[in-house]
Amino acid sequence: MRRELLAAVIEAQRAKRPVALVTVLEGGAQALMASEGLVAGDEDLAVDDVAAAAADAIGDDRCGCIETAHGQVFVQVLNPPLRMAIVGAVHISQALAPMAGLLGYEVTVIDPRRAFASADRFPDVRVVVEWPDDALRELAPDRRTAVITLTHDPKLDDPALAVALESTAFYIASLGSTRTHAGRVERLKQAGFDNADIARIHGPAGLPISARSPAEIATAILAQATQQLRGGNSS
Amino acid sequence: MSNDSDIFETAACWRDQGRGVALCTVVATWGSSPRAAGSQLLVDDKKSFLGSVSGGCIEGAVINEAVEVIADGKPRLLEFGVSDEQAWDVGLACGGKVRVFVERLE
Repeated sequence: MRRELLAAVIEAQRAKRPVALVTVLEGGAQALMASEGLVAGDEDLAVDDVAAAAADAIGDDRCGCIETAHGQVFVQVLNPPLRMAIVGAVHISQALAPMAGLLGYEVTVIDPRRAFASADRFPDVRVVVEWPDDALRELAPDRRTAVITLTHDPKLDDPALAVALESTAFYIASLGSTRTHAGRVERLKQAGFDNADIARIHGPAGLPISARSPAEIATAILAQATQQLRGGNSS
Repeated sequence: MSNDSDIFETAACWRDQGRGVALCTVVATWGSSPRAAGSQLLVDDKKSFLGSVSGGCIEGAVINEAVEVIADGKPRLLEFGVSDEQAWDVGLACGGKVRVFVERLE
């Protein structure tokens, strides 16, 4: 790999720009492509079939080999990190935030209560002290974003869930017992969401592994988010 | 411990330190294999490494090839299949097959 191309890869990653690195396996010619076209590298590679394959791969977030006029080409998707918005700077969040970081998520913890959302409770985590719906709207969840509400307080959780349901977030979960969740479902119905919308919310949050401690509950939630992310994808 | 996104930054950092560096990338897998296409292993000329291309089964062999690639600059496409558990050959105990592209960082 040429040094200029590596610099372009790093620049795209820092700018959180979705790109794909394409490599001709015979000889090693390379180019960095965005869905709009060539970013850097070998211009000869920015032809129709390679450009289309790169754009598809970025959309599908899937690396793979394709046959082209240049021979076999490997397309490596370099999408920006997955994101996770955690509503509630509570005890579970203190475990969930660093564990999600290990899984590659860029984590934002949202809580308008200053006593909870203090920097010393969340070292090295981005904490936003705002109303959850405002903060979440600002964050603009997309299909590479997970939204998890953990406050147990309908005043904080419900508005955040409403914003999450209006987005394409791939995973939405809300902490609370089955009974708490039933109440939540009723309130969201009254707010105008239909059954299909509400079915997107995983509640109680997490896979049923009989989790008890905050870290165990975080494990259950991250396992469920991973299942949702990779579901139907055998690789 | 690293996320795959750290690999390129680290590659640039190692290169800036004057080390010879090779980037090894899983480009295809068949059957069960622990790391998916796109997984990467970064190797320097002293065999320091970061990341992975398998569950540890073939890293030793890939690192040896990477040192060759750092020396001659010629990219290589390596293929590893099922290991014979009775022999001391390099392969994947899981029964899968992987193809790894190894290139020098200029």
